[in-house]
Amino acid sequence: MRNVWIIFTKELRSYFVSPIAYLLLTMFAIIFGFFFFVAIKSFVVFGMEQQMRGEMMPMNVNEQIIRPLLSNLSVIGLFFIPMITMRLFAEEKRSGTIELLTTSPLRDLEIVLGKWLAAVALYVAMLLFTSLNFAFLFHYGNPDWKPLAIGYLGLLLQAGCLLAIGTFISTLTRNQIIAGAATFGVCLMLWIFEWVAGFDTSVWAKILSYLSVTVHFDSFARGVLELKDAVYYATVILFGLFLTSRSMESLRWRS
Amino acid sequence: MISVKELTKKYSRNLAVDHISFEVQKGEIVGFLGPNGAGKTTTMRMLTCFLPPSAGTASVAGFDILEQPLEVKRRIGYLPETPPLYPEMDTESYLAFVARLKGVSKSDLPKRVKYVCERCSIGDVRHKLLGKLSKGYRQRVGLAQAIIHNPDVLILDEPTAGLDPKQINETRDLIRSLAGDHTIVLSTHILPEVEQTCQKVVIINKGKLVATDTVQNLQSRARGAEIMQVEVAGRNGNLEAAAVKSRLERITGVSRVSLKQSLDSRGVFEIEGQKGFVRGDLARAVVESGWDLNELRPTAMSLEEIFLQLTQQAAPPAAEALAAQGKQS
Ligand SMILES: Nc1ncnc2c1ncn2[C@@H]1O[C@H](COP(=O)(O)OP(=O)(O)OP(=O)(O)O)[C@@H](O)[C@H]1O
Ligand SMILES: [Mg+2]
Repeated sequence: MRNVWIIFTKELRSYFVSPIAYLLLTMFAIIFGFFFFVAIKSFVVFGMEQQMRGEMMPMNVNEQIIRPLLSNLSVIGLFFIPMITMRLFAEEKRSGTIELLTTSPLRDLEIVLGKWLAAVALYVAMLLFTSLNFAFLFHYGNPDWKPLAIGYLGLLLQAGCLLAIGTFISTLTRNQIIAGAATFGVCLMLWIFEWVAGFDTSVWAKILSYLSVTVHFDSFARGVLELKDAVYYATVILFGLFLTSRSMESLRWRS
Repeated sequence: MISVKELTKKYSRNLAVDHISFEVQKGEIVGFLGPNGAGKTTTMRMLTCFLPPSAGTASVAGFDILEQPLEVKRRIGYLPETPPLYPEMDTESYLAFVARLKGVSKSDLPKRVKYVCERCSIGDVRHKLLGKLSKGYRQRVGLAQAIIHNPDVLILDEPTAGLDPKQINETRDLIRSLAGDHTIVLSTHILPEVEQTCQKVVIINKGKLVATDTVQNLQSRARGAEIMQVEVAGRNGNLEAAAVKSRLERITGVSRVSLKQSLDSRGVFEIEGQKGFVRGDLARAVVESGWDLNELRPTAMSLEEIFLQLTQQAAPPAAEALAAQGKQS
């Protein structure tokens, strides 16, 4: 545990001493801010139109703002994951510092966990910025906070999966760009698999759409904690971390 | 302290280390010598559990590198070929980080950091970013991180590469002073370094063990024949070198005489003879012929020549490159 903490703090510090963390935080906040603005605006416009027509449909902040925004967030996240994970191992391999880590009395899994947790922590920081926007909703409206909390849990779990996959890919190369591009490719695939179910009903389509990370986010976005989706995320996280530590081992055979 | 048994490493097709065995006793400094590509770095990487061997094994401080890698790692300080530095950290926080990785307790930490900064003279770059250090300072910080947890065994891959002459001497002194409590294996191309710092030499070439012995034994072994340098001066201001040469050649036991340098009244000769030929005979012959004997000096064969002798048959080009490097330094 102590070793995980040592690696975790070192990684987190290296995110924050370089511009990368600030860049990601800012970009994430701006992009989400844009979506938030559009969502609020259309909500308000929609509400006024209804009033003018004299209809009084029930307006629900949770359903009409929070839920689509959470789905947006889960997709925006896909684009940021590669930038968080690409350097984790690739950079250590390139600069030779991996030799320091692997000749220190640490287990491979401790190194992997420390690095992954640091990536998750950075992502949590990014999510915290977006939650400021939602705080604004609580100030002016009266949404239900529980679905929102579950939505955030889902975002965290989904990011945990993709970060684990990205960490794994980062062990496969000493080139950050390659690691980043490959992770980006995988993230996109795990997103577009979701659409396959829409135009095909074969078993393969079912399997592919089951594999999609974003499909499993739907229940969280609705504010429902579905066990099967939570299990999917937990499995992918564990599997990703396991693969990463195996890859570290075999990395020594190959390098 | 270190015992290497039939250690072998094969990279896809290329046999980098080929069944190497040797032992290192506690407190010894062992020089690991070989031309470029001989397999020094590969061997060290296996000893530090960075690379698993393809066959064979080794034990460090009584622990097997395959069975108990964590115990081995705890007892080793390792300076890789390229110092493993994080450019975004400053020297002090880097050393603190490594110390914690190696299991130094929080209470000992400031003491250890201070100690290694002094030992490796990096006090003046304590707060500088590692990415901004010069090559020599990077090397020193690399050495500092290797000794930070006061390990039993130090494995140093070319510890003096890139240092200035003053720092090379300080580093050699440092390494010598660490011996005794620590067992040290260092690799190098610089032969005088081995003569100065090491008690024992392990020479490998193309992955194969060529020789392991003490520095003295190796020197005398390769010497076989003894070489003397003799300076002879004529009494009356000039000297007939040819006459001196033929007189010297008549001494029993002398196999070869060559004139190295000739001034008006003096000549420097190199005499090669069987081991233990009588120096008295030589001196008497010179004096009785009416010349003065200015100098009579045995010249030990340098480790460089031994090294070339041992590795030349196998790999002449690499050995020459190495000799050139050795001479430069
Ligand atoms: N990662 C690797 N993959 C394949 N072959 C390698 C690898 N690393 C080293 N080799 C090969 O193994 C052999 C030994 O290399 P090694 O680095 O151990 O030599 P060395 O004695 O340290 O040389 P130098 O004096 O140049 O540092 C070389 O032929 C090299 O090409
Ligand atoms: Mg080397």
